[in-house]
Amino acid sequence: MIWLTWRQFRGSAVMTAALLVVLTAVLTLTGPDLASRYATGIASCTQDDSCARFYDRFFDEYQLPFLAVSLVVLLLPALVGLFWGAPLIARELEAGTHLLVWNQSVTRGRWLAVKLGLIGLTAAAATCLCGLVVTWWSGPLDKSAFPELAVMAPLVFGARGIAPMGYAAFAFVLGVTVGMLVRRTLPAMALTLAAFAAIQLAMPLLVRPHLIPPVTSTFEISEANVSGIGIQGDTGSAHVVLGPAVPGHAGAWALSSDLLDPSGRVIAGRGEEGPVKVSTTSGPCAPAAGPPNMGACLAEVSRLGYRQRATYHPLDRFWPFQWIETGIYALLTAGLTGFCFWWIRRRLS
Amino acid sequence: MTSVLEARALGKRYGRRWALRDCTVDVPAGHVVGLVGPNGAGKTTLLKLAGGQLEPTAGDITVLGGRPGATPAQLARVGFVAQDTPVYAGLTVADHLRLGERLNPRWDADVARERVARLGLGPGQRAGRLSGGQRAQLALTLGLAKRPELLILDEPVAALDPLARREFLQGLMEAVAEHEFSVLLSSHLVSDLERICDYLIVLVDSHVRVAGETERLLATHHRLTGPRRDPGRLPADQHVVSASHTDRQSTYVVRTDAPIHDPAWTVSRLSLEDLVLAHMDGPPAESRRAALEVQR
Amino acid sequence: MEIPVIEFHLDAKSGVSPYLQLVQQVRHALRLGLLREGDRLPTVKEAVAQLAINPNTVLKAYRELEHEGLVAARPGVGTFVTKTLTDTSLAAHGPLRLELQRWLAKARRAGLDDESIEALFTTTFRTTAQEDIA
Repeated sequence: MIWLTWRQFRGSAVMTAALLVVLTAVLTLTGPDLASRYATGIASCTQDDSCARFYDRFFDEYQLPFLAVSLVVLLLPALVGLFWGAPLIARELEAGTHLLVWNQSVTRGRWLAVKLGLIGLTAAAATCLCGLVVTWWSGPLDKSAFPELAVMAPLVFGARGIAPMGYAAFAFVLGVTVGMLVRRTLPAMALTLAAFAAIQLAMPLLVRPHLIPPVTSTFEISEANVSGIGIQGDTGSAHVVLGPAVPGHAGAWALSSDLLDPSGRVIAGRGEEGPVKVSTTSGPCAPAAGPPNMGACLAEVSRLGYRQRATYHPLDRFWPFQWIETGIYALLTAGLTGFCFWWIRRRLS
Repeated sequence: MTSVLEARALGKRYGRRWALRDCTVDVPAGHVVGLVGPNGAGKTTLLKLAGGQLEPTAGDITVLGGRPGATPAQLARVGFVAQDTPVYAGLTVADHLRLGERLNPRWDADVARERVARLGLGPGQRAGRLSGGQRAQLALTLGLAKRPELLILDEPVAALDPLARREFLQGLMEAVAEHEFSVLLSSHLVSDLERICDYLIVLVDSHVRVAGETERLLATHHRLTGPRRDPGRLPADQHVVSASHTDRQSTYVVRTDAPIHDPAWTVSRLSLEDLVLAHMDGPPAESRRAALEVQR
Repeated sequence: MEIPVIEFHLDAKSGVSPYLQLVQQVRHALRLGLLREGDRLPTVKEAVAQLAINPNTVLKAYRELEHEGLVAARPGVGTFVTKTLTDTSLAAHGPLRLELQRWLAKARRAGLDDESIEALFTTTFRTTAQEDIA
């Protein structure tokens, strides 16, 4: 049975292995250089306190490969579900070969167990390896990325650590299940892709934020959490736009970032213009008072009682989240696997 | 004598449609059993139930004394060649033999090798490139080299041209002569089965219409032609299988164990094909029941 | 392995059951002197492979022939002819044929065409055969 599984699987396995070996080799060769350039950069920027600029420069330089490898890890589970999972049984049902193989002296339960076990473990192991290598390689970049692309951000979180392993195992079994129910390879692939994409969107948007109760606290307004400020000298109005950053919690995943007025009322959400009543004719926010000093102006806004209220998950929850999410996907995988065994024994012929 | 197939009130339902219903048969071992019936009569369903591909909805079925498909040991005792004889298009002939060898404890590698060589199949040939006849022969080889006690074949020759059909049946019968296993095969053409079957099951509209040894069936079925007569006026031991009337003449196909002495009738024998067609022709419900009772 | 002396064939349209056809073919070959004492009949496997028929049919035919004392099975070797039918019947063929020819001429004179002659012959043949059995 193991021989047959391997015989049917070896083509795509060898191809995937080749691609992963190339990727791993490239990352292993370039990784140390990346790390040492980062270390050198940090060493010199801490002396003249220009680390913010160093981060920007460093990240800008590697943004393309950074996005590319992250995308690979994000797509890998989907591809596993699409090309390994969906056709696994659908193709047999389509060609009628299930009737050939299920009439050898092997029960179909065992047949399914070997197929799922062998290919599922391969998929999980390959994705795990790929995810960890990418996590290691992009370590310096993750430290210098802007908040939208930090490791806790939904887009990047799924391409780091051990979560991709859980995604891949789940996508594979999802593909197998869909293939078994749909019984046609191409529709099964399309449906697998749609279902997996929907789940991968629902997870960070609807589920992940609530895995651990998020922290909510208020922060003073400063350059750290403001992404923009607008002052119209002629009308005397001013507004502040809050960004996703949380002061003192670098790399945190902000779920919300609201601007509160001195009475504690929310006047603007993240990215929205929040009007602030600050003097634009005199004081630090007056454009006439020489070169604009953003820091001093924001300190003035803060002094008037304006605050940021952020709901967020701090960076140190990265690994707990990784474990919890991998566990969730492992449970889903186990559930679908159980369903597959039940269905193949009871319903399928 | 042991039974290869024993079904009691067996039924299989798909959704609200019964593909097979109230099927009761007991087929003794050592026969080549033909399962005939029109398309959609439930032949494939019965064979799949016997092979353990399907679970019955109602009643029960035992094959060689065991529950079909329940254990590897049971699977090893029953061979199954599915309709259209599917093979893995991407695998070679040698791969298929290797598959059989790996997956079957009783695999007879000599039989497999010898058959493949005699058929002229190259071991390196991809199964997807084989002709329909060659593919069927490859599937049959897998079924035979497994050395089953019962080999089930679902419409094995339906898609083959006459020559390939002949060659396939020759190979099958030769193996039966050599290894003495039971065979259960279906066809919607009686002519395919006439020579090779010594036991016949006629399945119509998901019911077993008649079952028994072919010679016995041929000996107990008669065609009566004579002046018009009501079926009610036939002797009680003559069960009407089919009847047709003109103004003056009646033609009956009856089943009876007793000889027919009535001088008014011209009695003639039926060919197997006529016999099967008479049963397929859809007799009235009462006589259908009668035919079933005779068979018990 | 030696090649068997005769090959069987089957006529699906004859209405005669396959096993009887085999029996008749052996008897026929014995009468015509095609088969002689000591000749080997095709093995069951050979006959089955050639005709694509049920092995039981061949076995039954051979049992019947054995019962009639025409052949004997030697386990593991094959089935061999033990008796010939040529001596008595071949000699009778000539006069019988002559008689039949005379009868045919008479039938033609009586106005029967080929088809009627054949029908008359088969029905008479069958009824007498059935009477013999009964």
